[in-house]
Amino acid sequence: MFSRLSASRSGCLLLALGLLFAAALQRPATAEELTGTLKKVKETGTLAIGYRESSVPFSYLDDRQQPIGYAMDICARVADAVKRELKLDKMEVKLVAVTSATRIPLIANGTVDLECGSTTNNAEREKQVAFTNSHFLTASRFVSKKSNHLHKIADLAGKTVVSTSGTTNIKQLTEANAERKLGINIVPAKDHAEAFLMVETDRAVAFAMDDILLAGLIASSRDPNAYEISPDAFSLPEPYGIMLRKDDPAFKKLVDATTAALYKSAEGPKLYDKWFNSPIPPKNLDLKVPMSPQLKKAFATPSDSPDPASY
Amino acid sequence: MNYHWNWRIFWELSPDATGTYLDLLLSGLAWTLATSACAWIIALLLGAIVGVLRTLPSRALARASGAYVEVFRNVPLLVQLFLWFFVLPELVPPRMGLWLKQLPDAPFYTAVVGLGLFMSARVAEQVRAGVTALPRGQRMAATALGLTTTQAYRHVLLPMAFRIILPPLTSEFLNTIKNSSVALTIGLMELTAQARSMQEFSFQVFEAFTAATLLYLAVNILVVLAGRLLERAVAVPGYVGGR
Repeated sequence: MFSRLSASRSGCLLLALGLLFAAALQRPATAEELTGTLKKVKETGTLAIGYRESSVPFSYLDDRQQPIGYAMDICARVADAVKRELKLDKMEVKLVAVTSATRIPLIANGTVDLECGSTTNNAEREKQVAFTNSHFLTASRFVSKKSNHLHKIADLAGKTVVSTSGTTNIKQLTEANAERKLGINIVPAKDHAEAFLMVETDRAVAFAMDDILLAGLIASSRDPNAYEISPDAFSLPEPYGIMLRKDDPAFKKLVDATTAALYKSAEGPKLYDKWFNSPIPPKNLDLKVPMSPQLKKAFATPSDSPDPASY
Repeated sequence: MNYHWNWRIFWELSPDATGTYLDLLLSGLAWTLATSACAWIIALLLGAIVGVLRTLPSRALARASGAYVEVFRNVPLLVQLFLWFFVLPELVPPRMGLWLKQLPDAPFYTAVVGLGLFMSARVAEQVRAGVTALPRGQRMAATALGLTTTQAYRHVLLPMAFRIILPPLTSEFLNTIKNSSVALTIGLMELTAQARSMQEFSFQVFEAFTAATLLYLAVNILVVLAGRLLERAVAVPGYVGGR
């Protein structure tokens, strides 16, 4: 009994070894071995792009529930480049909705390969993920009702100001408050829409946030003329980047090269104007945000630096 | 999985200048405990009253208390909190509305009242079930002894009814603690909200939510143990739960 079992077992082993050899021989000899995301895309024929549902105009759903936006257009170029690089006849682009809470786990576990939205690139986050060349720069300002006549950060002294919890903006607001001893009552809100609602209903006099997101919120509010964005900023403009997995140099190199070529070409500014200086779906609103000098520089010399001072 | 684990993150300073990430979570836990404890007091008091009203012979009172229960338990808690926080201040006179809006810690008070009322409807149903579960003879015996309705409830019915419903009441308290996380939608920085902001600041999402899970679990196990002790302490020998 014992000997028969061991005989069949060694037979199995031999068979397994043989299969392994066969597999090794059959492997196509590619010029360079693919790694990371590129290898995954080659094997599955699918690239997964994460989008945000309401980051106007970067990545949001239109009236037919299709994700569109400035970052989505950039990612479409990247997807084309990946398809070309891997010489695939057919590559499926899978669109996955992500939120600020799910984007990290979904990138980490491979559900999403690229996150195309309005994620701030900073040094802290680069410990966990990688960012490609910055596609936008935004400073933290505040929105308030025109009737309140608030323009400077000092005007907020002793008042209630809201910001979205977990953002760099609420951090800057806290710092400014402590540094200048303004005695601002800082209230965190769950998301941008709720924070704006707090200003709309007078629960707070101002909402501190990235100026571009404020422009989007004002444009889609009930009475866009009732609000204004402060000229005073809490910070230098901070970069937004498209997020990808860390430690995946081949994929990052391809994404970096593709985005850099796009930004430097004549198409870069055209793409910017399409989303920031013309009417955009679904309500045909025009955000009317001219390109900032910092972004002009970032388009001329693309950079993935998380440091606002380098722009 | 391509994820950079960093369990030491809890001892790193959080960027909102209040201390470490652990302090952030613990301050969230403190808000969770304060909110659920205060809401539970409201839920118990109102729930007991409404539950008793539902068992009284008066048709009108039974109907009114029935309507109360159906309204508060059939509207989602999230919707109720939004109504209290955003809609109520617009319905009252403008000056009172402004006062409500500028109340410091408004999310906390709103959450306590909203959660307390929501849970009171559930407690009321438990109390009603407890009272109706008693043998009819008890009410009759109390009346035969010459006790008024108030006295019958105070000395005969409620003491036994509460003993019967102690285990489900413990569950309702656990629900209150867990439901307090819904208050993050009106800006209360309780445990779940702080775990979320920790992951937004540090991008260490798994560490943040693991810690929050363990804290919820620890608190709820303590409540369960306390509930058991209470059940044992008040048990009537030879009756429900007694030996």
